[in-house]
Amino acid sequence: MAVTEDRIPEPVIVASELVKKYDGLVALDHISFEIRTAECFGILGPNGAGKTTAVRMLYGFTPITSGSVRVFGLDVATDARRIKMRIGVCPQEDNLDPDFSTLKNLTNFARYFRMPARKALRRAEEVIDLLGLQDKRGEVITNLSGGLKRRLLVARALINDPDLLILDEPTTGLDPQARHQIWDSIRELKRADKAVLLTTHNMEEATLLCDRLIILDHGRIVEQGVPEPLIEKHIGTDVIEIPSASQEIIADLRARGLEFELHRGRLYVHSRDRDRDYGWIRSEAPGSGLTLRRATLEDVFFKLTGRELRE
Amino acid sequence: MTLRRDISLLLFSVWRRNFEVSLVTWHTNLAAPLVETTLYVLAFGMGLGAYVGKMPYAGAQYSYIIFIAPGMISTTILFHAFFSCLYGTFVRMYFQKTFDAMLATPLTIEDIIAGELAWGATKGALAATLMLALLSVFGLVSYPTGLLVLPLAFLGGLLFAAFGMIFTSISPTIEVLDLPSFLVITPMFLFSGTFFPVDNLPAWARFLSGLSPLTHVVYIARGATLGVLRADMWPRAVVLAVLAAGLSYLSLVLMKRRLIK
Repeated sequence: MAVTEDRIPEPVIVASELVKKYDGLVALDHISFEIRTAECFGILGPNGAGKTTAVRMLYGFTPITSGSVRVFGLDVATDARRIKMRIGVCPQEDNLDPDFSTLKNLTNFARYFRMPARKALRRAEEVIDLLGLQDKRGEVITNLSGGLKRRLLVARALINDPDLLILDEPTTGLDPQARHQIWDSIRELKRADKAVLLTTHNMEEATLLCDRLIILDHGRIVEQGVPEPLIEKHIGTDVIEIPSASQEIIADLRARGLEFELHRGRLYVHSRDRDRDYGWIRSEAPGSGLTLRRATLEDVFFKLTGRELRE
Repeated sequence: MTLRRDISLLLFSVWRRNFEVSLVTWHTNLAAPLVETTLYVLAFGMGLGAYVGKMPYAGAQYSYIIFIAPGMISTTILFHAFFSCLYGTFVRMYFQKTFDAMLATPLTIEDIIAGELAWGATKGALAATLMLALLSVFGLVSYPTGLLVLPLAFLGGLLFAAFGMIFTSISPTIEVLDLPSFLVITPMFLFSGTFFPVDNLPAWARFLSGLSPLTHVVYIARGATLGVLRADMWPRAVVLAVLAAGLSYLSLVLMKRRLIK
């Protein structure tokens, strides 16, 4: 295989010019992206931006108005069954079988993939171990907490040992322990050369896990790239927050050519030289509860999609 | 529609899921038809039957309980199959999002709906089988013709399951499902020759009764349990089969319309 080492691997997903219209309303507007193996790809965006619609198109759940998706080189429109054999989906909402135990949820699900009973049982035990559900093996689903259900949903998505894992907001509503466990399993999958597609509006999660991402807003891609360079490009290295903005400071910021955001009287100053900028701001606004912190993907997100509430 | 491509043996994994869920509460599922049968036999056999006396049918006289035994079996098929694909399917589709989970696997909508219909038919057939067994213990069934009830139960079950599925596919909320229950099922239950012969009804009522598929299920079941096979049972069976196939297909089309957005 040495001769092929510089060959770019075949993309797992090629989505081109995806459009979804509901009764004339445009939910997705010409979205294109590619996902490769051993990569975690993020789809970010506020609620209603079109994340779930895009994801559901990938496995044929939502019909495509126009455009095309190829997964593993196969067309979703005609080969959905073969594609779905090799993907795992962790949905946003709980759709476990409430009448079954943890183990039974997994072995029953395995049958949908034509998995023989013995292999299903072995695989179920593996994913139970992977998500730390050993103590809950025989528990009925109605007795599981929200966090446990979510871990079981991830475990269930892995039952067929998928080459592509689709996680639709997998850590929403989880405590930090459970969140980190799910992050660990995602990293493990990447090491095993799987492709992971993650939708989230947890920016920390996206920064930590995603190799590349797109930010959707109102059905359009507003930005795409690698998390750290995106932060560097849009914000810089640090953000200085000034709780009460004065006209003088704003005038000064403008004079120094610094970018900032003003929201409800609070200033968010984007800085590329924190020693210089924090120094003069502190001397101009002493004792006013300044905050100096690293620039994050969240700052990028707010800059691109605004701070106004959605829905 | 490319039904041949989109329907596969994976439909039995859907059937199996429902079967295994029903095993969790197997005692109630088993008890319901048995208790029902016993109560019917007590109420109609000893209670009402004492007043009714003998029923004339096909040139012979039968005790009332023997006359209505096939009616009881037929309504059991109706109730179990219909409600399985009415409330049962609705809960899985709407509240438990079971179909959403299934659609992320190699299952197609066609597999899911076919599996649900097969399960509804099975439920009708299982309940009818239990009832037939108990009625046989009471000595109310003629054999070997009585065994015809078994394939009839599956055929009728499929028909009523599809009928229920159609209402499920068009009902916005679970409350709306009460409408077919009392607007369609109760009249069908009462006026399909289950408890009295339709021959005595006025012409218009006989006509309406003839439109009810249950009438024909009862007719065939009665021939089977009384041991009087008549030539016009077979064309009725063919009509039921055609209707079952047609309604199943219609229910699939409607469910696809509902589920795919």
